[in-house]
Amino acid sequence: MVPTNYYVILSAILFGLGVFAFIFKRNIITIFMSIELMLNAVNLAFVAFSQALGKLDGQVFVLFVIVVAASEAAVGLGIIILIARNRQTLNVERVDLLKL
Amino acid sequence: MTAALVVFFVLAALAVIGAVSLILQKHPIHSALSLIVVMVALAGLYLLLGAEFVAAVQIIVYGGAIMVLFVFVIMLLNAGVEEHTSISKMAGAPGLLLAVALAGFVAATIAKSTESVQAAPQTGEIASTLGISNMIFKDFVYPFELTSFLILVAVLGATVLAQREKS
Repeated sequence: MVPTNYYVILSAILFGLGVFAFIFKRNIITIFMSIELMLNAVNLAFVAFSQALGKLDGQVFVLFVIVVAASEAAVGLGIIILIARNRQTLNVERVDLLKL
Repeated sequence: MTAALVVFFVLAALAVIGAVSLILQKHPIHSALSLIVVMVALAGLYLLLGAEFVAAVQIIVYGGAIMVLFVFVIMLLNAGVEEHTSISKMAGAPGLLLAVALAGFVAATIAKSTESVQAAPQTGEIASTLGISNMIFKDFVYPFELTSFLILVAVLGATVLAQREKS
């Protein structure tokens, strides 16, 4: 039996890597992928606690998170296609329409 | 060291290596493939936790649908190697500091507070797929119905966003 702490610490590490990727990466698609990484890290914590408590609520929440992530991916990639079409770049530093 | 622990460490190492590779790769398609490795490793961890249904959904929806969408968009937009300016390279150091601090704080806090969780009796074999379907269609039926509305709105939004404007 693997202790729950291990899963939670792995989840925190993956979430931290996702945060770092979100700040460091400059390609808008990769930034979007780091959001998915963070969502996955949270899902792992949900399932680990669900198993530790012997209740299934956490696993149901994971399914809802996956549904929300799927819709988010569909809308977000639509926005990315729009940005690429209008500004001919995927670099977030060149998407500076609102910058003074 | 039990077999479960060995499997856990192998899968955890795979997930962390995939996540680090996502950061280090320069080309978005390589980052996408690294993310798929992370997702498959997480599916293995879900199996280890006894959540078979979540593991299957993870593979089908995340590894299948969402990542194919990502790869499809990367190919469609012909995304190239990402370029870093000197300012964005400087953002790496404080970003790393922030991420390490955040992960350390979360891990330390939760690891301390899960002692009560550890003491709780573990039911072990719960019929997870049957239990999940019971919960979704009984306790969580209204949120479940709302997700269909959410997906409808997302489909409409994506269609409207991606269509070409009539001139």
